[in-house]
Amino acid sequence: MLLVLLIVSFTVFAITQILPGNAAVMILGEYATPDQIAVLEQELGLTRPWHVQYFDWLGRILTGDWGMSMRLSTPVASVIGEAFWRSAALAAAALVTVTLIAIPLGVIAALKRGTVTDLGISTLAYLGTAVPEFVTATVLLVFLAAPERGWFPAGGFVPPAQDLLASLHHMVLPAATLALILTAHISRQVRSEMSEVLASDHVRAARLKGLPEGAVIRRHALPNAMAPAVAVISLDVGYLLGGIIVVEEVFAWPGLGRTMIYALQNRDLPVIQAVTLVLATVYAISNLISDMVIAALDPRVRYA
Amino acid sequence: MREILRHPTGLAGALMLSLVLTAALVGSLIAPYDPQLFHPIARLQGPSTTHWLGTDQFGRDILSRILNGAWATVSFGVTATVLGVAAGAAVGMTAGLIGGAVDNVIMRIVDGVLAVPDLLFTLLIVTVLGGGTGHAMLAVAVAFTPGMARIARSAVLSVRTREYVQAAVARGESTGYVLVREVLPNAMGPLIVEATIRVSFAIMLGATLGFLGLGAQPPSTEWGLMIAEARQFMFRNPWAVIAPGAAIAVAAMGFNLFGDALRDVMDPRGRRR
Repeated sequence: MLLVLLIVSFTVFAITQILPGNAAVMILGEYATPDQIAVLEQELGLTRPWHVQYFDWLGRILTGDWGMSMRLSTPVASVIGEAFWRSAALAAAALVTVTLIAIPLGVIAALKRGTVTDLGISTLAYLGTAVPEFVTATVLLVFLAAPERGWFPAGGFVPPAQDLLASLHHMVLPAATLALILTAHISRQVRSEMSEVLASDHVRAARLKGLPEGAVIRRHALPNAMAPAVAVISLDVGYLLGGIIVVEEVFAWPGLGRTMIYALQNRDLPVIQAVTLVLATVYAISNLISDMVIAALDPRVRYA
Repeated sequence: MREILRHPTGLAGALMLSLVLTAALVGSLIAPYDPQLFHPIARLQGPSTTHWLGTDQFGRDILSRILNGAWATVSFGVTATVLGVAAGAAVGMTAGLIGGAVDNVIMRIVDGVLAVPDLLFTLLIVTVLGGGTGHAMLAVAVAFTPGMARIARSAVLSVRTREYVQAAVARGESTGYVLVREVLPNAMGPLIVEATIRVSFAIMLGATLGFLGLGAQPPSTEWGLMIAEARQFMFRNPWAVIAPGAAIAVAAMGFNLFGDALRDVMDPRGRRR
């Protein structure tokens, strides 16, 4: 995992500082003269060999010096610190909802294979994976946040300390957008895993020895279908981290994603680097956790 | 092909695909209005017999704009995917064929890049390159490269030890020759399947970039951009955002379903029981 993060840090660094259109050009904009660029490059130390720059940069990141935001003139750490928790709240709400909805849906679809219920769930799942986040978000807004109905606010954020109910009310639509897309994806995976397990020999054996259907599913089928489902959920954290960027932008949710879009539009390099690293780290940690959960669920992995 | 059409999801996918492809090829010819024509009196109208899907904030006919934008959407998805597959195949097959330390280094880099979510990676590249359709396409292609490299590599590993590849190596053929003439034709299957499904992701990424103002620029009829432009007025005329949204969904779903069916048909073991 550390190796992966090291490579990620290098990739981020390479894209933002070594490639043409480097930091100096990004700061000054496209109308800068070559002289101005040369001066700023000197100031920023961009004329040094790239490996020197990289280790210097990495050293500062690791020691907690994340630099100053170029646009907001505040330390990057304080800019993204608060935003991180707001995004985390949104992501957590979405993940919990998904886990509660997607797994039962997938299991039901697998149990009722070939029926209308299965067809309905599968169609919705296909639809969910083929609609980008910003479309889902916009459609939800059109139907549920129309001003004349006023069911949900069209966007924004209320600190929970100020008004907990209003805070949750603002959270419903963005969290629902993320949840819808993930539900589609995860229920589809759970369905195919579960169908495979249901057709396997040990489930047949359990049925043949006369166990009631409920016990067969709970004791023999479900545990075996769960490990792959956990793997998919952790992969989907990657989708979630990408989706959260768009969703926060649509709903004006002041989290990491919105910070990222703002930084990208204003070419605020230290913020861009920091947000990317944070998101990649979260992804790497979630993969690690899922590996551990899978090991706990599946003895074959544990003893391998 | 016939087998795909007999496959229920394949049939649905093929129908959607033909709808989108028809729109892409002859959309501009059958569009009832000029997609760029302003019509100030008829702004933000709902569907009617004169404007089937209504009009946007400038009174432009939404159906005509969607038909006109189909080509941009399909060509974006296909071009970005083809570029990404080509680059990924080159990297992955080289890694797989050479093996050893080269393979190790390349695959570790691939792992690292895959740890950055696709959309984030694409956004980073577009920001460095600057917006616009061409750059957005390139960014999506680059974002696809590591994933495709991994698939290409595993496809190569499964054919590398076959006799005909060994024979070519023993004949003293160059690495390039072995890759292109012996390995590639036999590793194509999984790549084509993955590419078909990826087109739908490319279409969604392209639309998202357009929506964020980093891809296609006004007055393009790209569907994501249409939604971004009409978003301010979405409560006055929901059709201006829902219609292009549905178009994106049909295009993405068409490629997705078709790709899934293709996988089932080409790999009988994975066929649904």
